[in-house]
Amino acid sequence: MKIPVSWIKDYVNINISIEKLASMLTLAGLEVEEIRYVGWEMPKYEDGESHEFKTYGLEWDREKLVVAEISEVKAHPNADKLVLCDLFDGKEHWTALTGAPNLLPYKGKGKLEQPLKVAYAKKDSVLYDGHKDGQVLMKLKCAKVRGIESCSMVCSEKELGISDDHEGIIILDDDAQTGMPLADYMGDAVLSIDILPNNARNVNVLGVAREIAALTNQPLKRIDKKPYTTSGDPIASKVEIEIANPELNPRFVLGLIRDVEIKPSPYIVQRRLRLAGIRPINNLVDATNYAMFEIGEPLHAFDYDVLVERAKGASTGSATVKISTRNAEKGEMLTTLDNIERKLQESNVLVCDEAGSLSMAGVMGGLESEVTDKTKNVLLEGAAWQFINIRRTANHHNLPSEASYRFSRGVHPSLSEDGVKRGLYWMQKWANGKIAPDLVDNYPLPPTDPTVRVTEADVKKLLGIELSAAEISKLLTKLEFSTQVEGTSVTAITPPFRLDIGEGLVGKADLIEEIARIYGYDKIPETRLSDQLPPQRGNPSHDWAEGAKNLLATLGLQEAVNYRMTSPEAQERLGLQGEFVKVANPNSPEKSVLRRSLMGSVLENIEANARVRETLAFFEIGPVFVPKKNDLPDEPHKLAIAMTGRRQPPAWDSTATEKIDFYDMKGVADAFLAGLQLKNIAYAPADSSLMPGAAFHPGKSAQVSVNDVVVGAFGEIHPIAAEKFAFGDAPVLAAEFDVASLRKAQPDFEIEPVPAFPPMLEDIAIIVDEDLPAEKVDFLIRQTGGKMLADARLFDVYRSEQLGEGKKSLAYALTYQAPDRTLTDKEAAKIRNKIVKRLEREVGAELRG
Amino acid sequence: MLDKLNEIQATALSALKEVQDKAALQAWKQEYTGGNSELTGVFKGIGKVAKEERGKVGKRANEVKVALMAALDEHSEAIKTAELARSLEEDHLDVTLPGRPFRHGGIHPATQTLRRILTILGDMGFQVYTSREVESDAYNFEHLNFPPGHPAREMQDSFYIEGTDTAQLMRTHTSPGQIRAMREYAASNPENPPPIRISLPGMCYRSEQITARSEIQFNQVEGLAVGENITFSDLKGTLNDFARRMFGQDARTRFRAQHFPFTEPSAEMDVECFLCGGEGCNVCKKSGWLEILGCGMVHPNVLTAGGYDPSRYTGFAFGMGPERQAMLRHNIKDIRYFWGNDSRFLEQF
Repeated sequence: MKIPVSWIKDYVNINISIEKLASMLTLAGLEVEEIRYVGWEMPKYEDGESHEFKTYGLEWDREKLVVAEISEVKAHPNADKLVLCDLFDGKEHWTALTGAPNLLPYKGKGKLEQPLKVAYAKKDSVLYDGHKDGQVLMKLKCAKVRGIESCSMVCSEKELGISDDHEGIIILDDDAQTGMPLADYMGDAVLSIDILPNNARNVNVLGVAREIAALTNQPLKRIDKKPYTTSGDPIASKVEIEIANPELNPRFVLGLIRDVEIKPSPYIVQRRLRLAGIRPINNLVDATNYAMFEIGEPLHAFDYDVLVERAKGASTGSATVKISTRNAEKGEMLTTLDNIERKLQESNVLVCDEAGSLSMAGVMGGLESEVTDKTKNVLLEGAAWQFINIRRTANHHNLPSEASYRFSRGVHPSLSEDGVKRGLYWMQKWANGKIAPDLVDNYPLPPTDPTVRVTEADVKKLLGIELSAAEISKLLTKLEFSTQVEGTSVTAITPPFRLDIGEGLVGKADLIEEIARIYGYDKIPETRLSDQLPPQRGNPSHDWAEGAKNLLATLGLQEAVNYRMTSPEAQERLGLQGEFVKVANPNSPEKSVLRRSLMGSVLENIEANARVRETLAFFEIGPVFVPKKNDLPDEPHKLAIAMTGRRQPPAWDSTATEKIDFYDMKGVADAFLAGLQLKNIAYAPADSSLMPGAAFHPGKSAQVSVNDVVVGAFGEIHPIAAEKFAFGDAPVLAAEFDVASLRKAQPDFEIEPVPAFPPMLEDIAIIVDEDLPAEKVDFLIRQTGGKMLADARLFDVYRSEQLGEGKKSLAYALTYQAPDRTLTDKEAAKIRNKIVKRLEREVGAELRG
Repeated sequence: MLDKLNEIQATALSALKEVQDKAALQAWKQEYTGGNSELTGVFKGIGKVAKEERGKVGKRANEVKVALMAALDEHSEAIKTAELARSLEEDHLDVTLPGRPFRHGGIHPATQTLRRILTILGDMGFQVYTSREVESDAYNFEHLNFPPGHPAREMQDSFYIEGTDTAQLMRTHTSPGQIRAMREYAASNPENPPPIRISLPGMCYRSEQITARSEIQFNQVEGLAVGENITFSDLKGTLNDFARRMFGQDARTRFRAQHFPFTEPSAEMDVECFLCGGEGCNVCKKSGWLEILGCGMVHPNVLTAGGYDPSRYTGFAFGMGPERQAMLRHNIKDIRYFWGNDSRFLEQF
């Protein structure tokens, strides 16, 4: 909401700087987003000085920009479209040249009976250039236009930075005092305030003024409740109101004004409306908007004569206007005043007469009954609407309006009456109408304004500050609560313009918030928690995941974090089957379900980065989502890895171009599982009937079990699946582990003592059949070697013609080690012989040369 | 014989002066002190020397040997030093050639930022509490005092799950965890629920257009402290302590009144823009301040929903966006980088 400060000053004295004011409002929850200066002196900041706000705009020089009066408008001797104005600035007489079309009617009329008051800029004034797009500063210099020199000018709104209107010059109200600095007469600063949802009462000038009055300890100037005179027949005999659903429409008020004279509003009104972001239309429409901005009640003006005609034409034929409010019927249509025919929803509320619908309640008027240039008599509506319904209606029809903005945040029904009265007041003032006595007021559902008790102890307990009951009462009174102090407690009655205070404990919290706001958040001290410490529970699963991430990163893998939302098609590329958790209102088909395979996510990272890097290695730890009937889905956490590309990063002196393959993946798995201290690990071909096994090449994948429980699987992506991804040329390896299973398998561990005696090292090579798994040989070596064999590491697999078809040589580096002595050659040979014999016997191995 | 020994010594020492490298030194050693050397010959023939001369010759032979060995050591050291100097001079690399690349992994920037925040909060006594990501409407909204009809509960703002009996949605904040934690803690002692101090990190979801500035998925970290003696001034103190560690010991903050359904009084904490020092820049939109977190005293209805009697217990809660903090800190202009997982982005952290 944009509010000109000059307008606020109608209701409260402001004796602090605009920046200080904005700062106080901001801390109190009326966040000032920016300050736009329109004439007033702007703050000057040193280089490097802190700003509180974004400030911009134009300052008007008090000497050079003044109110002047034009006494005569003369023709330019050489141009039809230009005029010369005889002008007095309070001290001197000047001739100003202008092409403003709104002065042309005065041309050649001789001395004007009533001089025209204008905004006059002398030589060297700094203004916005009226002929350039946007706001471009210029300094006013002398120039010859069609033979006549001109050094000064009369200004348009654009030149002064009020609006972008450059159609004509500003013609000020007659009461403007000639010679007065323009900045004093109509300078301003406009605050852009972000109004919080619970602060709906402040979407208006009076509300903001009330906050300022409370924050700066100034009195609030109230609006006169009986400001106008009435005449003619009372409205009661002319209009009736029927409300179908008080829940949706708790109050409906109408007032009538006759014989209005439609014309533009006073300039000061137009200027304020423009600065507030509203286009001035005419004095009637402006009066409804002006009153709405003042006190927060959106008003609607009907052309009364149109309604009378409609009433006469309706079945009863009576001249009584019968207004009713009701929900729209199925398929009902309404042409709103923007001339769009809209199909209504049954939840939309309509204001109707006997002839049909008139307007979409609280959102937008209908076209037919709108006031026009010809309107003589006006029926003015002020009503209260349920805020949720208004918001939904406005959203559905995509009709954000000043009215729906306010009503969708909640407007207190007491304002229906205040608003109509204020609107009638301005209409009478600006359009000389006659206001019919009384209002028609149907008020079926008045809200209760809660009474809340709050004590000194309550304030201390919640805010940590000591305030006496008298101080509490004073703070609340500033916001117009009616309070009563009894000992240490204060009883406060909510003022009849706010809907945000609850009852009981909630009301108490609401009041304490108000106390804190007005007391000042900045004055509440900083303390450290002194409450009892809580029980220590920790979060082992979170700690585990963070540790696992570190471990995987040290193994050369980059953590990825992916969207949980994906598409079934993306996930099914891996052969995944079964139901997904589906998003009911996805933003796009690509994000319509929650992932069930984490491996799918990291494989998408490989896909997306295929052309970015020659080696890719990602992991992710996070949830997948499995639907559960009549319950929230399961969210098991998984750990997925994907790798592809060159094994060695390219270097200037390296020619190695081997690609990452199954054994690299297995190496990562080995190191990771070792890092987790897992023991009793076994590998077997992956089960291709299950995920993730089904996603893998059947001959190049393995499942991992720890203590005979499967914890995950890894392998090369199945060629059929790989084809569905935009991978590079190299094989893609992936793994998926179940986090809960890994955590469950993770033991406490004891370390092996570091050997005190030197080991004995020896290599052996054996020839075995090609299809004998290496793991079998490894197992036999280790089992036979027993305690004295500290390690057996496969260091070469060799095939040759010499070895013969179907044979391979496996070479092992053996480490013999005794804890209590250095082994002798003889002892080592004995163990080796045992191993070789066992291999010969059980797998037909043959010791190689 | 003594003359011969003198001559041996003189010849050997003068020969040694000509020796320039280790190989020649070895040859010299062999020639003058080896098994076939003249000196060794003297020692071997010592038995044949006249008895009265034997003592003198033996002594002199030993002196010569010691002298030669000492000279050898000295010369050997000199050669070593010279050779090292030569090799240091000759053996140099083009140090501007690139180092051999090393394939290393990394931790996602979102995780890194989460860790920073959680470490600070952890040091302040806030233990990590994690909970599920698909939530019921009750936990995500109702228990958190969102009135029916609150905009966040509308379909256009949240992702709902299809085909469920009661409304389920992707949590829009980690606050459902506050209720879950309070209920867990309260269940341990329903008459006297224990105090709580937790941090709640995790992924949250809101239905938005994905743009450079808005995402449908984002991390959040909330904090919750509940007890019998917790005030708004504690909230200010705690969050200022946090800000000083997160953004620097001289970080300036301000607390603005705010509105959240689940806290009252509510506030927003701004930190003086650490990019421009408060002077006003594009990042802080010329305001000099950066919005960092929302906070407030836990609403009585939320305490009640969690099993804590609001007439006895109070609490504060706060919530912040780690990705936003990372964006500010590292000048990341596009929030989509986070879940895009482009190697060229991730490798920079």
